[in-house]
Amino acid sequence: MKNLIITLSLLLFSYTTIAQNKNAKTIIEVDGVCGMCKARIEKAAFSVKGVKSAVWSEETKHLSLIFDERKTNIKSICQTIADAGHDTKMVEATEEAYQSIHECCKYREEEVVKEHKKKS
Amino acid sequence: MKFKHILNLIFLLGFTLHTQGQNTLKGIVLEKIDGKDEPLYGANVFWLNQNIGRVTNENGEFSIPYQSNYKKLVITYVGYQTDTLVISNTNKIKHYLRPEAELDEVTITTRRQSLSRSFLSSENKINVSSDELLKAACCNLSESFETNPSIDVNFADAISGTRQIKMLGLSSPYIMITTENIPTIRGANQTNGMSFIPGTWVESIQITKGAGSVVNGYESITGQINAELQKPSMDHPLFVNAYAGINGRLELNTHVNQKLSEKWHTGLYLHGNQRTEKFDRNDDGFLDIPLKQQINILNRWQYSNSEKGIISFINFNYVNDNTQSGQVDFNPNRDKLTTNAWGSESDTERFETSLKIGYVNPDIPYQSLGFQTDFSYHDQSSYFGLRRYDIRQTSFYSNLIYNTIISDSRHKVKTGLTFMYDDYDELVDETNFARIDNSIGGFFEYAFDNLTNLSLTAGIRADQHNRLGFFVTPRFHLRYTPWSKSALRFSFGRGKRASNIFSENHNLFASNRQINILNSNDDIYGLAPEIAWNYGISYLQGFNLFGQKGDFTLDFYRTDFENQVIVDWETPSEINFFNLNGSSFSNVFQLEMNYELLERLDLRSAYKYFDVQSDYLNGRLQKPLIPRHRLFLNMGYSTASKDNASQWKFDLTYNWLSEQRYPDTSLNPIQFQLPQETPTVGTLNAQVTRVFSDKFEIYIGGENITNVRQDNPILGAENPFGSNFDSNFVYGPIFGYMYYAGLRFKLTKIKNK
Repeated sequence: MKNLIITLSLLLFSYTTIAQNKNAKTIIEVDGVCGMCKARIEKAAFSVKGVKSAVWSEETKHLSLIFDERKTNIKSICQTIADAGHDTKMVEATEEAYQSIHECCKYREEEVVKEHKKKS
Repeated sequence: MKFKHILNLIFLLGFTLHTQGQNTLKGIVLEKIDGKDEPLYGANVFWLNQNIGRVTNENGEFSIPYQSNYKKLVITYVGYQTDTLVISNTNKIKHYLRPEAELDEVTITTRRQSLSRSFLSSENKINVSSDELLKAACCNLSESFETNPSIDVNFADAISGTRQIKMLGLSSPYIMITTENIPTIRGANQTNGMSFIPGTWVESIQITKGAGSVVNGYESITGQINAELQKPSMDHPLFVNAYAGINGRLELNTHVNQKLSEKWHTGLYLHGNQRTEKFDRNDDGFLDIPLKQQINILNRWQYSNSEKGIISFINFNYVNDNTQSGQVDFNPNRDKLTTNAWGSESDTERFETSLKIGYVNPDIPYQSLGFQTDFSYHDQSSYFGLRRYDIRQTSFYSNLIYNTIISDSRHKVKTGLTFMYDDYDELVDETNFARIDNSIGGFFEYAFDNLTNLSLTAGIRADQHNRLGFFVTPRFHLRYTPWSKSALRFSFGRGKRASNIFSENHNLFASNRQINILNSNDDIYGLAPEIAWNYGISYLQGFNLFGQKGDFTLDFYRTDFENQVIVDWETPSEINFFNLNGSSFSNVFQLEMNYELLERLDLRSAYKYFDVQSDYLNGRLQKPLIPRHRLFLNMGYSTASKDNASQWKFDLTYNWLSEQRYPDTSLNPIQFQLPQETPTVGTLNAQVTRVFSDKFEIYIGGENITNVRQDNPILGAENPFGSNFDSNFVYGPIFGYMYYAGLRFKLTKIKNK
């Protein structure tokens, strides 16, 4: 009986670690310009079930993620962020979603980007 | 049975093989570094035009569901070129990503404020950086708050020579003072503890107004002050600071830091100060400032292993401090404990060792475990005229903290256990007081942040204490941002503590008042534990005016005592300690404005209003020697820093205190009667620093340069053994103007690689 439990748990363990990581960790690039963008991006990420940690850096545009691969995947997260109006490498925001974000966050506009660079 | 196992096994194996074999594509993502294969952790692998994606694990491996109609596999990772592979079968993939061309470096040019209030944290927290600490060049932790309006610093009395601090109108025992989050300045160390932390050792200070966190204990009532010390891995390999003041004070600080290996660093911090010259500027026959000698040694060991997520500090600290004060002619060898001359000596020896270990799961940074433990032995023997006071304390403290999240990192949780043990042995004149306190408790703190306009911290702890009983300590902080650049904060919380009446009111010995403890039924010197609630509201608003940044803060805090040990000075020949019967509270209002007038010219200003009252034996009165109003102004200017880091820095601080109430002296003979209130006091400090390079700088400064003085700080100085002798009526500077100069020399780090 003991042996069985050991083999079973071993098998299950190796199975889950290879296939689907409970704490998958990655970094993706998300376009944005300011603190308001940061809140919007992180909020969007957290709205996806299974996302445990999301930290976006205004400086590097990197969004560091930790999420449960059994519940979600990177593409769904990117899609949700794009739906909130922010471009990722995998999914671009639709014009409609992009227009919904605040004027000062319009990261595709060169003027806006310049303005934020000046401030910082 | 056995047969069944095998069957099961085969079945299981078959199942896993089946799921992995036919429908999954496995692979590994690597990078070539110096010709070697390095796995890429966290790379994204997904099917083009499909909602299926995976992330590589720490070995760079992935396994992704596969169907024959999936053709294009995209592998992408930040900082690397994205590759798309065409897939036609489930053969294992080995793929190398190539780094992108170097990205443009981003530099941020905003100047960091040396004193900053957080717009985001739920607590009303002020961070004091090391730059700010350099503004008042002297000399230890108690003197580090001169440029900070949230903390009120008393003028040093002529006997102890130490400056006591206050927060929200209440003295330092009501503040939890920690070094690197370990409560150290408490109990016997309350008297001089802040002067046992030299200023150069302090890397930064965090001040939290109001209830504070439950993590470090139940004792804090008005707030928390945490001093972070220099870290061997961050501090300069060599740092020397020398200081001399015209009051005869000489100080020398030396830091030596060394890297022993990739993981180990050590630092040796030596401090010595002395004052051997005698001064009596006001001709009252007493020294204006005590003679002093201190040797203070700290040895730190730092272990950091970022791969395993472990960081640890081991500290050893030894202090030997001698203070002599009293009449100018007093010679300790001849006159000690006699009526030849009035004198006082206080010798303190203290040893402390502490250990901190932190573990952060490298893969899951929001999960961490921290353990801190501290042992200290404190031995002070002293006498004041004919009075003797000795205190010995052995303490042990230990705290275990576990951090994690609930569902996602917007919901953070801290939980853990605290153990405290204090063995006190006191001799007050002929009376011995000895007691052992111990407590064990657990805490739980939940923090929520909605990432935009709301964050809160709610904590609760429960402790079992042999003298305070079983009790629960709730604390709550909330921050709400109604509009941009603002923060509205609320807090409330409870604190409970045992008052060490003698060490906290140490200066009473320098009087001939009779000491009376009016209660005898309770456990701490016959007195009951102190319990208070603190409530706060605060509003912070940032603004831009004429292109320059500024902010203002409105704070109101109320501390309400359920029980307090009242220290009653209102009967001239007595000092009475008793349990509060009635009410005792403090209301403090603060308006603070900070504005950058011009580039590199900062103005900081504050107004404070104090209403601190207690029910004394003769009725409800304002607490003595606390002003109703305080004004504070600080201006700092620095020239632009040149390439070799050379620059000038100027700093000016003005402090004004309104009238303060004297304790009642109406029963004294007429020549020993004081007016009801003190005069107002305004003092001006200035400092100029010349930075020659990142290695060398000198500074000169003046304290109280307008030479404001309290003329007769000691009542009955002519007859120190008479019943009216009292040195506790200090409301202003005794010494007058004081100039000083100093230098700092540091060897900057040799950059690796």
